[in-house]
Amino acid sequence: MNNYDAIIIGAGHNGLTNAAYLAKAGLNVVVLEKNDYIGGAAVSRELHEGWIYSSCSYVCSMMRQALHRDLDLSRHGLLLVPYLGTINFGDGGERLFSYHDGEAARLELKRHSPHDADAMFRFRADLTRYSLLIRKTLLRTPPDPTSFRPRDIHELLFLARQFWALGEKQIYEYVRFFTMSAAEYLEDYFENDLIKAAMASPGIIGTALGVYSPGSSYILLHHVMGDVDGSIGAWGLARGGMGAISDAIANALKEHGGEIRTGAGVQKVLVNNRKAVGVVLENGDQIGAGIVVSNLDARRTFTRIMDRNDLPDGIFEKAVNFKIRGSSGKVNIALSGMPKFTHVPENRYIARGGQGFAGSLETMERAYDCWKRGRWSDDPFIESVIPSAWDPTVAPPGKHWMSNFVQYCPPELADGPWTPEKRDQFGQTVVDKIERYSPGFKDLIVHMEVRTPHEIEQEIGLTEGNIFQGELTVDQLLFNRPFPGYAQYRMPGKKLYMCGS
Amino acid sequence: MNTTDPYAGERLQESPFHPRLQALNIRNAWASWNGYKFAEYYYDAEYEYFCVRNSCGTYDISPMQKYEISGPDAEAMLNRMVTRDVAKIKLNRVAYCVWCTDEGRMIDDGTIFKLSSDKFMLTCGSPCSAWLEKSVFGFDGVKVADVTDNLAALSVQGPTSCAVLKNMGLIGIDAAKRFDIMRFPFHGDTLMVSRTGFTGDLGYELWIRPALALELWDELYAAGADYGIQPYGEVATNMARLEAAFIMPAMEFNEALRTVHFEHDQTPFELNLGWLVDFDKPHFSGRSALLREKKRGSQYALTKLDIEGNKPAEGSYIYKNKRCTRKIGYVTSAMWSPAVKANIALAMIRTEHLQGQLWAEIYYEKELRQYSRVARCTRKEKPFWAPARARVTPPPDY
Repeated sequence: MNNYDAIIIGAGHNGLTNAAYLAKAGLNVVVLEKNDYIGGAAVSRELHEGWIYSSCSYVCSMMRQALHRDLDLSRHGLLLVPYLGTINFGDGGERLFSYHDGEAARLELKRHSPHDADAMFRFRADLTRYSLLIRKTLLRTPPDPTSFRPRDIHELLFLARQFWALGEKQIYEYVRFFTMSAAEYLEDYFENDLIKAAMASPGIIGTALGVYSPGSSYILLHHVMGDVDGSIGAWGLARGGMGAISDAIANALKEHGGEIRTGAGVQKVLVNNRKAVGVVLENGDQIGAGIVVSNLDARRTFTRIMDRNDLPDGIFEKAVNFKIRGSSGKVNIALSGMPKFTHVPENRYIARGGQGFAGSLETMERAYDCWKRGRWSDDPFIESVIPSAWDPTVAPPGKHWMSNFVQYCPPELADGPWTPEKRDQFGQTVVDKIERYSPGFKDLIVHMEVRTPHEIEQEIGLTEGNIFQGELTVDQLLFNRPFPGYAQYRMPGKKLYMCGS
Repeated sequence: MNTTDPYAGERLQESPFHPRLQALNIRNAWASWNGYKFAEYYYDAEYEYFCVRNSCGTYDISPMQKYEISGPDAEAMLNRMVTRDVAKIKLNRVAYCVWCTDEGRMIDDGTIFKLSSDKFMLTCGSPCSAWLEKSVFGFDGVKVADVTDNLAALSVQGPTSCAVLKNMGLIGIDAAKRFDIMRFPFHGDTLMVSRTGFTGDLGYELWIRPALALELWDELYAAGADYGIQPYGEVATNMARLEAAFIMPAMEFNEALRTVHFEHDQTPFELNLGWLVDFDKPHFSGRSALLREKKRGSQYALTKLDIEGNKPAEGSYIYKNKRCTRKIGYVTSAMWSPAVKANIALAMIRTEHLQGQLWAEIYYEKELRQYSRVARCTRKEKPFWAPARARVTPPPDY
């Protein structure tokens, strides 16, 4: 049994990051990955010759600058490129362009609603204020509100100070904001339905909530609090696809002496006297380590790779009940040319942004209704981007690929298990919807990769295909994540930690 | 009614590429350079900067000053003027050069193109005819001609730039090494291409007769459509050059001939350009002063800094101590580098303090209120951005 200072289970971007920091600190680290490739959901894969898909995640915004600098990721080959605005497609043929330039964006809003163009100033200020507050907590260990340890009290005081600095009125607003639905929250600012639909869409991404579900306004914040080079809410593409992020972190890890083993699925965490001491691989090999860190979600960690008898009472049940709920699918499409959209001018900049097929709040809510009934949405919400319009490395010149993030798509269907046929039908639903806005789109298709929550779980181990490794609802956030009492990355059992989302 | 423009005499000159530039400058963000109308940016400066780092950008350098220096004494005359050994420049090669006053203070920097054994082109940022005339003094067989208005020039920079030129039909361009010059037939004339640029990345500069400028633009843009070609302006240029740690007049150096106050100009040694000063070649302007400086040591050294935090240290002083009581230098250019994800700067620092601690006092504004922050600076030896593709021949396609 060879020994390491630390074992990290799972070579997703979080696992790799954790490992790289530990290796940088001088620890002897190994990352164990069940797949033959690293990156988890931050991966670039050439499934059709010449086209490189970001198979799962497709844009980047929440990665902290500190990480980029600490690990020297630019030198390790990472270039993050912000992309331009989004075309939002309305049900009735309306198009809302969110231009990159502030003045142009305002004029465009004014064309839809002069009122909303003005209201956008207040909306942005409010959302930026909340973003700045929550961002201050991102690189900190959350406090345990029931603990009297100096660290926890200090951390609570830190949060309280940030909170009080908002002023009384804003504190009420903030608390309200955390529990509201995205649609209701936006109602306070905007009148135009397409504007509301476009603004609400970040509130449902990756979550099994609808635009009218309480809690979706926080998800909205979650998606706009990131930044690219200080521009809050901006999203970027990684040159070479999302795998470039994982590869750069892996290079940093290796440079600091860390090791990555692929094809090395962990079967069980070894626990001795309530203390993690190593792991057993699926092939039976045992590896010992001073600490064990899991990049898997809470349910997988405690119900799959840990022995129930090694856990304190109640943890197994909490893990089983941990709310994960997959809600989204991903359709990656290789194209022989750039798709043209109706009522969209041929503008070199618009083509380099994203596409949001939101339709209207009503359409989005109906899409959610399908999920509740165990069906994929027949008129889904799709968030798309054509990375090849920006990135010369991911498709042959003149060819493109389109990343389509689709909601909703349930992990389990009401009419029986997922089959390859049903998966393809789901993909067809997505293509049909895009074709409605881009006649001739189907003729451009060279290759397609369709991923339902089922494939995402099977291939990369995200339970139910949930991109956040567990719902981002208030009951599971901050000091409640994953369970009350275990929010400080330390897990039931000594020398056992978590590093996932 | 009088149809002549009463303001004609005050309007800026237009580059040969202007009709195309104007169509794409949808923000009407114009500045000026040497009397030419010149884009600050076209759409979004940061977007354009990223085109240079990620795909391909074009930058109109027609307003750059261009002089043709010819005749049997052309080489000797240039060698008398600049600090580098012009005799070592091979045919169809370009060399980066600086030239100084007799006191060894830098007048300007630029590039010398050796076009034939007795014909050179000198390019520089500021007008230089008067100094060239002075430099010709004593040489009989030299002719200097200002060809600025006779030569349109377009810089094509970024990782896909070579692929774009290949796609445009410039066969063999991928064999050009850094600082090589190649010529291609173009509509009955000659298109000159040099593998040069001001971005620190892979890139080329295209030189063409103004009458063919628009044909060149159109063919280049047709060839580059699938390679992310995009015009960029002054703002993006300044970002890219700072990452490459290239110096800029009126930022890193104050041109000696425009300097009022004693030694408010700089020397090549202070600007890290000692490698351009060749004491083994025949006499040149500023030689004795520079030799003295070399022996005695320079007062200042241009230093590359990585500064903690993300607030650009623009206009900051550099101190020896965190309490900011012992001033030892000043920042010349600073920015947050989107490609490197670092807070970078160039600073002039007193050489005797280079090895110690360096602190920048950074001022910034937040909703009308001024704040300041003291940040630790780390010296960097290498340019912030120096991708391998810029040096590789043949370069990669992206």
